[in-house]
Amino acid sequence: MNVNLIKAVEESQLRDTYPNVEIGDTVRLHLRITEGARERIQVFEGTVIARKGEGLSETLTVRRLSYGVGVERIVPIHSPKLDHIEVVRKGRVRRAKLYYLRGRVGRRARVREKLPPRKTN
Amino acid sequence: MAKFMLGYKAGMTQIFDEAGNAVPVTVIACGPVSVVRKKTLESDGYQAVLVAFDETKESRLNRPDRGQFAASGLAPHRRLLEFRVDDVDAYELGQEIKVSEMFAVGDRVDVAGTSKGKGYQGNVKRHGQRGGREAHGSKYHRRVGSLGSSATPGRVWKGTKLPGQMGNRRVTVQNLTVAFVDGERDILAVKGAVPGSNGTCLEIRDTVKFRV
Repeated sequence: MNVNLIKAVEESQLRDTYPNVEIGDTVRLHLRITEGARERIQVFEGTVIARKGEGLSETLTVRRLSYGVGVERIVPIHSPKLDHIEVVRKGRVRRAKLYYLRGRVGRRARVREKLPPRKTN
Repeated sequence: MAKFMLGYKAGMTQIFDEAGNAVPVTVIACGPVSVVRKKTLESDGYQAVLVAFDETKESRLNRPDRGQFAASGLAPHRRLLEFRVDDVDAYELGQEIKVSEMFAVGDRVDVAGTSKGKGYQGNVKRHGQRGGREAHGSKYHRRVGSLGSSATPGRVWKGTKLPGQMGNRRVTVQNLTVAFVDGERDILAVKGAVPGSNGTCLEIRDTVKFRV
């Protein structure tokens, strides 16, 4: 009963369309940035390396290499500051958390692409 | 107007404010409470309302509480508590008060309840003392330090911090902001943490700290 009450508080703010994102995907986060009175959209592209939390508190961790420096953004999926998520490329991974990418640069830091299933004739 | 409400702590989550920032909130299943008795200046020398919350069987109550419900003609409730009010005439016997009638988003409230029991704890945990070093020949780890002076005063001062029961006592958290109110489902959410585990009975009042 109590869990339902917490859900009742959260439900009004949940996103209607849950983003179709999986671990290992390369995504573009369209973030709303407010500078003074002006609002603009900033795009952050990287690999989804973790998904944490549940309900309204659920977050994605997106990692990219920027000028040789690893940058990670932790974004609450349901935050109004996140305009939308665009999936650029599906990744083929065998783990739920891709923390092993943190120690890697260059080709070793890549995630293999998940291609649509091959048609058999 | 003095505001008050009773409720059970449901748990914590986070919601987003207008600016899009995540705000930690505690969800409380609140009321409705019923007025069981009015205390007036003539009869009691002060003004208060006795309210009941959480309906239950009569066999669960003790005799004094049963008497209160028998006199008022209300169904028996598990929680019975008195709140001081400015004008007792604003309330009617048997009146049911919902959380949405009492509080609105943005109100400042004090929340009181019984904190989680930690058992018998030493000074390091209970009073935040630092304790000694763990190694390098030290034999003084987490013990109580000096209890005071010698022949003068020849006793231990009252209030000296010593080990003992920690938690499981009444705690009030002041000046919390109401973040969410749902009158239909009787839900209140306040920004920040409140005492006790989930299911703890909480008293919610308008704050003593913040006067408009």
